[in-house]
Amino acid sequence: MANRSSHLVVVPAYNEAETVGHVIDSVREHYPHFDVLVVDDGSTDRTGQIARRAGATVVRHPFNLGIGGAVQTGFLYALDQDYDYMVQVDGDGQHCPEEIGKLTSAMGAEPTLDMVCGSRFMTKGHGYPAPISRRTGIHIFAFILSRLVGQRVSDPTSGFRLYNRRGIALFARDYPHDYPEVEAVLMVHFHRLRMREVPVRMLQRGGGVSSIRSGKSLYYMIKVLLAIFIGLARARPVPEPGEAAPVAATHGI
Amino acid sequence: MELKIQVLAIVASGALLFVVLELVRRKAFLERYALLWLLSALVMLTLSVWSGGLEALAEVIGIAYPPNALFLVAFGFVLVLLLHFSLAVSKLSDQTKLLAQRLAMLEQRQSKLEQPQVHSEGEKELEGVGSGARRGRFTSS
Repeated sequence: MANRSSHLVVVPAYNEAETVGHVIDSVREHYPHFDVLVVDDGSTDRTGQIARRAGATVVRHPFNLGIGGAVQTGFLYALDQDYDYMVQVDGDGQHCPEEIGKLTSAMGAEPTLDMVCGSRFMTKGHGYPAPISRRTGIHIFAFILSRLVGQRVSDPTSGFRLYNRRGIALFARDYPHDYPEVEAVLMVHFHRLRMREVPVRMLQRGGGVSSIRSGKSLYYMIKVLLAIFIGLARARPVPEPGEAAPVAATHGI
Repeated sequence: MELKIQVLAIVASGALLFVVLELVRRKAFLERYALLWLLSALVMLTLSVWSGGLEALAEVIGIAYPPNALFLVAFGFVLVLLLHFSLAVSKLSDQTKLLAQRLAMLEQRQSKLEQPQVHSEGEKELEGVGSGARRGRFTSS
């Protein structure tokens, strides 16, 4: 693979036929040298075909595994194909692919970072169009997580992220199931990897149905809080700080 | 223990033991799952037959009516079995997830390997139209 890119953009998509094509076009327009992988999580619509026609590599799950499983397939692929960086962009069009540059330049400026997250809450008057209940929920997770990891995390549910090789290796081996973004922040902390956030814009979802259904915000909150505390209690191998690539020690699953 | 209830307990746990043994014999389930079932059926049968043992057990844990101790033991086994199944199901779904991911990546890799052949077959079509067309149909799906 001589002329392959060092960056892989992973787009998890489940029944996002309306938006996934636009997301891929946008990535390819702004970052023509990045490879795009769409993980079609067992969609029942034409998500996979549309993605392939738009020029993305498509990995299609035989059945729906959920968002955690879909993103983890991205990590496995990135690890297998030896990419240096992986960018995660949702297939529903709520992230702006042209802002990937903000993530990569943050990591470029601070090469010790293992994960860079786009946060919709770092700018004043962000005007993120979500119901107040959802925003309150996110702020509560943000508050709790920030205390737990000893670092301000303003948008722990953001799925707009950049990982380096250490991040890829860690999450290819073990990525949480149900509310993966929140728990992934904890994992990064416990594995002594480094992360930071950069401000990004997020739009209203272009189509499809969010994995977080509105109106069920309280139920969602309780479940995520539970996931946080289970995540806290989960036994994890903690590598020594400063080790070259501790998480890459055990390859394969 | 009253005779009626003792007979009932013996018949019930005996039937359970018989069913479990029969299922193991037919290899309907793996030995490792059978083991717990066998153990619970055996313990239940033993306690039903040996009423002295059951009464002593009831005495020790402060249950006035010994057959209730039998219920307690049975309930304990049910809990352990359920826990055992939850573990087994979790492990299975983990493994299923891994298989689905690996399969998806293999399929992608395979279709990538097949793609370039479409071009080379296309060039060959000048020589042998028939075989090229047949391959082309196979790979372009």
